[in-house]
Amino acid sequence: MKAAEPAGIIVEERSDFIRTKGRQKQQLKCDADSIAGCVSQRACVYCGARVVLNPVTDAIHLVHGPIGCSSYTWDIRGSLSSSADLYRFSFSTDLKEHDVIFGGEKKLARAIDELVQKYPSKLVFVYSTCIVGVIGDDLEAVCKAAAQRHGIEVIPVQSSGFIGNKSAGYRAACDALLRLLRPPEGKGLAKTRSINYLGDFNLAGEVWIIKNYLKEMGVEVNVAFTGDSNYTSLKKAARASLNIVQCAGSMYYLAEKMEELYGIPHMNISFLGLEDTSASLRKIAAAFGDAAIMSKTEELIARETARVKDAIQWYRRKMEGKKAAIYVGGGFKAISLIKQFREIGIDVVMIGTQTGRQEEYDTITDLVDDGTVILDDANPSELEKFMTEKGAHLLVGGVKERPLAYKLGMAFIDHNHDRKHPLSGFVGAVNFAGEVYSTLCSPVWNYI
Amino acid sequence: MLDCTPKEIKERSGGMINPAKTCQPIGAMYAALGIHNCMPHSHGSQGCCSYHRMHLTRHFRDPVMATTSSFTEGASVFGGGANLKTSIKNVFAIYNPDIMAVHTTCLSETIGDDIPSLIKSAEIPEGKLVIHANTPSYQGSHITGFSNMTKGMVSYLSEATTDVKKEQVNIIPGFVNPGDMREIKKMAQMMGAKFIMFPDTSGVLDSPMTGQFNMYPRGGARVEAIRDAGNSKLTLALGTYASADAAIQLERKCRVPSLTLKTPIGVKATDEFLMTLRQAFAREIPGELEEERGQLVDIMVDTHYHFYGKRVAIFGDPDIIIALTEFVTGLGMKPVYVLTGTPGGTIGGPQDIFEKEIKSILEQAGVQGKAKASGDLFQLHQWIKNEPVDLLMGNTYGKYIARAEDIPFVRVGFPILDRSVQTYLPITGYRGAMRLLEMISNALLDRVDRDAADEDFELVM
Repeated sequence: MKAAEPAGIIVEERSDFIRTKGRQKQQLKCDADSIAGCVSQRACVYCGARVVLNPVTDAIHLVHGPIGCSSYTWDIRGSLSSSADLYRFSFSTDLKEHDVIFGGEKKLARAIDELVQKYPSKLVFVYSTCIVGVIGDDLEAVCKAAAQRHGIEVIPVQSSGFIGNKSAGYRAACDALLRLLRPPEGKGLAKTRSINYLGDFNLAGEVWIIKNYLKEMGVEVNVAFTGDSNYTSLKKAARASLNIVQCAGSMYYLAEKMEELYGIPHMNISFLGLEDTSASLRKIAAAFGDAAIMSKTEELIARETARVKDAIQWYRRKMEGKKAAIYVGGGFKAISLIKQFREIGIDVVMIGTQTGRQEEYDTITDLVDDGTVILDDANPSELEKFMTEKGAHLLVGGVKERPLAYKLGMAFIDHNHDRKHPLSGFVGAVNFAGEVYSTLCSPVWNYI
Repeated sequence: MLDCTPKEIKERSGGMINPAKTCQPIGAMYAALGIHNCMPHSHGSQGCCSYHRMHLTRHFRDPVMATTSSFTEGASVFGGGANLKTSIKNVFAIYNPDIMAVHTTCLSETIGDDIPSLIKSAEIPEGKLVIHANTPSYQGSHITGFSNMTKGMVSYLSEATTDVKKEQVNIIPGFVNPGDMREIKKMAQMMGAKFIMFPDTSGVLDSPMTGQFNMYPRGGARVEAIRDAGNSKLTLALGTYASADAAIQLERKCRVPSLTLKTPIGVKATDEFLMTLRQAFAREIPGELEEERGQLVDIMVDTHYHFYGKRVAIFGDPDIIIALTEFVTGLGMKPVYVLTGTPGGTIGGPQDIFEKEIKSILEQAGVQGKAKASGDLFQLHQWIKNEPVDLLMGNTYGKYIARAEDIPFVRVGFPILDRSVQTYLPITGYRGAMRLLEMISNALLDRVDRDAADEDFELVM
């Protein structure tokens, strides 16, 4: 597994974005624009908005722009639905040269009319793409007129690709959600003793696992953002009395806003790994301050931990001493993964994110061992260099990182849209260990 | 589940539902990967580059390297010139390719960046090259983008330097898999023809496992070869949509005569390809190829009753499905719906042929069918709902229709996101046709087996 001389040795401008724990005291730089001319693994504003909103199952997700943006995001989210499946279709205004010159507003209005006629949906999200931002279509006006025409909600999502990075897209999506969940003037929603679960997109059914835990504890989930959510459930979001936030990168802004507007407090939780799952459940129970909930929570944690303990131990014995590299989208996942790997005896030797925030990188730096490389917005050459240098056996990443790891003879786990098993909660911890094991210990590596 | 398509057909003018195409830049990126030691560069927001790499990665299951100008709000107001210049500097400093192939996006096209003058005023290290293609996403499709980048290779690189044309042929394979490029090269080699293939993604996106990651794998057309293409005595453009423009450009720029043939899928199109080489080089068809052809025809005869009269719907990229339609009519099948998302091009232009070609193939075969350019899968699904078919052929996105209507489904074309190996094996040439036969008959006969009542369940079929 010797690396070929990598073509991309670290360029000077990138050096502030890379730190080795214990060696450099200076804080890592992050949340900056990518350098032009790099093979960035990052995506755009539209991508961020789309991944957050796409799981809303009964909405018409209409992409206003040339065909590509709609084609590339057609049903790639991996979020499951318990009822509607309209969100798995691809709708585009397919802007042509003529529209670019004369404006796309009319075509957009026609597209909305035609779609609403076909599909009895109460909600349309209209995503703006790069070109719409440049030709100056008035999305607000077109959406407002269409909403009045059809008596439904037509919400523009301001997600022109160039106005920032993926994080700006999360924010655009949250703004769209805030418009949706705003109760009609003068009609405040009565508060219930339920919670909203923010930042879980129900990949492989993960929301359902967590909902079941909470139900057993005696905590009702009002709505999850946005996994398996729909028009009706999102409309009632403001009646919750607590917001728990998992994927903080995408949902932090929404949680803050909901606190400000509807007085709903929020807390960060994570259901990845045994340690974080137990701690999070306890934290939620404590927030309710109800003895019955707390005792049921302890029962659940004890039972579920006992149920998976042997399996985890077995995997741990098999994998102890292996080294992992992590390159994922946001900071929350990276943090949880460090702990989760520790549970199965694996050390993290390299860790990075596309859009992690400063405080998340601080937490990461606290958690990892000395010598671990931490990097923001890495490119493939950097990933290769540090994974090889640090002797990683396994990479956790998304679509674009998979073949890179494989080419290096390295095992790989998809912790993104392409995951096939739920990785949340107690059962997810076992699935995770099982997936790590099945790739690390596959006989195929013997042939390289 | 997943059957959101209504049966009733209504006039639509507000865009696409479930597209059968994607945008130009990804085609340009794929073409650029077919040059050895080349870094494709996307001049636009970083999302474009990311999506294209992701999509190509899912189809090829190999690393796909490309850089981006990473547009920000400033770039879109003041123009992307500074971003491109910085990119050119960084790409050569960091990734050190021999050549950088820039394509535009809808954003950079709309704000009007003048790429040729930007390239001219950029600092390019000595001996290094930068080429470009305009690939606005609001025109054509990914096939147009492939065509434009291939044409850009000719415009920038090919040169006529000899007085007498060399005894060699240029082969432009079109937007096909590396496995197909290998098969086409194999046939040309067997014919004893000296050839230059470009773009050539074999050895780039089907590279072997070595335990090493090479940013620039061994394959790809060499820059010197593309340059020398200007000295060839003939260019074969395989497929009108993806290849003809580059061939015409070679004719204009370097006076290399060109012929546009079908993508060599099926007996007839492969025959035409080989006969053209035979004529150009006065060579006999070698025994091995005659044997392959004989085997293929033998299989067709052995199994023709499995195919006869079956109604089939075909969708995908125009060059491939034109040839595929011809092939399946030769089996006695009825391609009743043939649809591409790629627009037909300007009326009377070189690309305004799709519907005409398909209709003429259907006419010759005596099949009543529908042909549609600029279509989408919603439309195809509606047709099928109204008059069902026995088989669906197309890319992965066909699986929704196949499931909703419970019809056998053969995966061909781009992208295929849910199966593997197809990028390594051909559907072109006689061997590729055998593979297609196997895929089609497996799909049809597996269905017969699955649906057969006990008393009808047969061992020998």
